[in-house]
Amino acid sequence: MNETMGAQKAGGQSPATQNRLVREENRPSRAFVTPPANIAAGPDGYFIELEMPGVNKDGIEITVDGSELTVIGRRQSDIPEGELLYYESTPADFRRTFELSADVDTSKIEAHMEQGVLKLRLPRREDFKPRKIPVAD
Amino acid sequence: MKLTKRQQQQKQGRENRGALARSGQDQGQGFWGPLAELARLRNDITGGFASPFDDLLAPASLLGGWTPAFDVYEDKDKFSVKVELPGMKREDIDISLDGNTLTVSGELKDEEEHKDSETYRAERFFGRFQRSITLPQPVDPNRITATYKDGVLKITLPKTEESKRKQIEVKAS
Repeated sequence: MNETMGAQKAGGQSPATQNRLVREENRPSRAFVTPPANIAAGPDGYFIELEMPGVNKDGIEITVDGSELTVIGRRQSDIPEGELLYYESTPADFRRTFELSADVDTSKIEAHMEQGVLKLRLPRREDFKPRKIPVAD
Repeated sequence: MKLTKRQQQQKQGRENRGALARSGQDQGQGFWGPLAELARLRNDITGGFASPFDDLLAPASLLGGWTPAFDVYEDKDKFSVKVELPGMKREDIDISLDGNTLTVSGELKDEEEHKDSETYRAERFFGRFQRSITLPQPVDPNRITATYKDGVLKITLPKTEESKRKQIEVKAS
């Protein structure tokens, strides 16, 4: 795990090798699973919703490195008593990386957690919003 | 990587799979199931990028719907069932028991918060779902309790006095 985190940092520093490292980063690992996401774009910004059941607000880690947004969700280990008879859930934590477009104001990203769904609001930068230009006489 | 206690338990649980009768749609979200393996393989091939085959290969759509992931635990007094239901409202979840069969159903509603937005990706499921499992021993329908927190539904089903007694008899003989 530390290794991949290192790779990500190196990717930010050296544009020449970035693509290769980013691709490496996207390869699914056994330690993390990719949470399903809904992404929408409105006039004021973008919205991302990520399904991470079993994760609460304290288990969320959101980082922005250049144009890359990484979300990590760690499950709370709240295991019921007794022997596990049957299971379908994944024991792994969640991680997903998004490439942000240039018009996202990364200093104004908002996030909140609602019943295992992380909701992110990424506002557009003011100077990237469509505006009217008056015609001079 | 070290296995956590839970992973070890899950490994154990995998070997005990046959112990529990199942009904309803199945296998949809199982990480270790063959369909999940297929999904992972697809992920390996496409490197996680979108492809025209995404929808075709998604485990849920192969089965024509979505089913939540179930985990079942047993100790001497009760069964505990964990169901992953991210983003629901408590009042939209229905739990019922018919004999030994536990059914969880409900509806995941799209809140349409971003009505005037353009959709870039839609991987979350919205709509109705239903899922049943049959427990191996009778439970007391009057003492079932459930909580919903962080998108996980936890149902506790105490065994009936009779099924507890039966268990003791078997152990003694």
